[in-house]
Amino acid sequence: MARNKGRDNPEINSSSMADIAFLLLIFFLVTTTIANDRGLSLQLPPNPEDIENIDIKIPERNLFKIQINSADRLLVEGEPFEQDVTEIKDFVLNNGRDPESSDSPKDAIVSLKTDRGTSQERYIEVLDEIQGAYYDMYAARIGVTNKEWRDIASDLTDPENRRLYDEGRGLKDGKLEYPMNLSIAEPSKTGGG
Amino acid sequence: MSKFKKKANTKQDIPTSALPDIIFMLLFFFMVTTVLREVTINVKQRIPDATQLRKLQRKSLVSYLYIGEPKKTDQWGSEPRVQANDVFIEPSDVILWVTTEKDKLNEVERDQITIAMKVDREAKRGLVADVELELRKANARKLLYTTLQEMEE
Repeated sequence: MARNKGRDNPEINSSSMADIAFLLLIFFLVTTTIANDRGLSLQLPPNPEDIENIDIKIPERNLFKIQINSADRLLVEGEPFEQDVTEIKDFVLNNGRDPESSDSPKDAIVSLKTDRGTSQERYIEVLDEIQGAYYDMYAARIGVTNKEWRDIASDLTDPENRRLYDEGRGLKDGKLEYPMNLSIAEPSKTGGG
Repeated sequence: MSKFKKKANTKQDIPTSALPDIIFMLLFFFMVTTVLREVTINVKQRIPDATQLRKLQRKSLVSYLYIGEPKKTDQWGSEPRVQANDVFIEPSDVILWVTTEKDKLNEVERDQITIAMKVDREAKRGLVADVELELRKANARKLLYTTLQEMEE
């Protein structure tokens, strides 16, 4: 074992380190996209062929009808509507007070019907509004903000979140007191598209 | 004038020895926060805005569908199309696509598959609803419309 003791200058020249790092940085900047995994979540109903075709009569008062035509115009409860949908909360939380509105939150159904020619943008806007109304209600029931509620609902693996989530939706004997009854009908074919 | 003409005693050059560290920090930030592009997106993607966003927990359970007007309109026409992986598919092919996506997952997790739909804001509901119907038939019922966070006023 020959050892060379005391050789001069054992350091590595590191002045080009910044350049190397810059090169890597630019490479990653160019080749990557920031992950966007956020959006409106929705649970689709089961396969239509599996559902038994029973005609269920739903009283008119328990339905909150929103229709969008192919020109992206809104029809809310039979009336043309220009602004955002804001009456959903009143409708769901009516509890039978107003005879024109829902019996109880459990029976209240928000029905959203679009046309084949409706743009996705308008549809997302209305869906956002409906989900927001429900999230507001859930959040108010457990005393958190809307944002906190959505964070809780996004991570149900935590038992504490699970508990709050069930409390907000009023889980009682396996049934929800405040279910999000959102019915999205198959689009009509009048507008083409 | 002489009142202001003082001799500068301070050193003028900025120390640059910490520069590599700063660059490395930026580099690590971008390495951690980004994912490599997996597919080339061939449709226009002007993602709509929304306020009530939810975050996806398990990325491994997510499969993506892209819907919008093709970028190469002379080749594919201007009608919105559905893109899965790297190819355009018809709504009737969605069931097959879901089956192959489910096969990639563990057996116990196959029911939890989530479909993230990145839909262009100009796309029509008709096409999207056709895809949704096929997803229902394929029993992939967890759906996410990818949206951007709307700025609050």
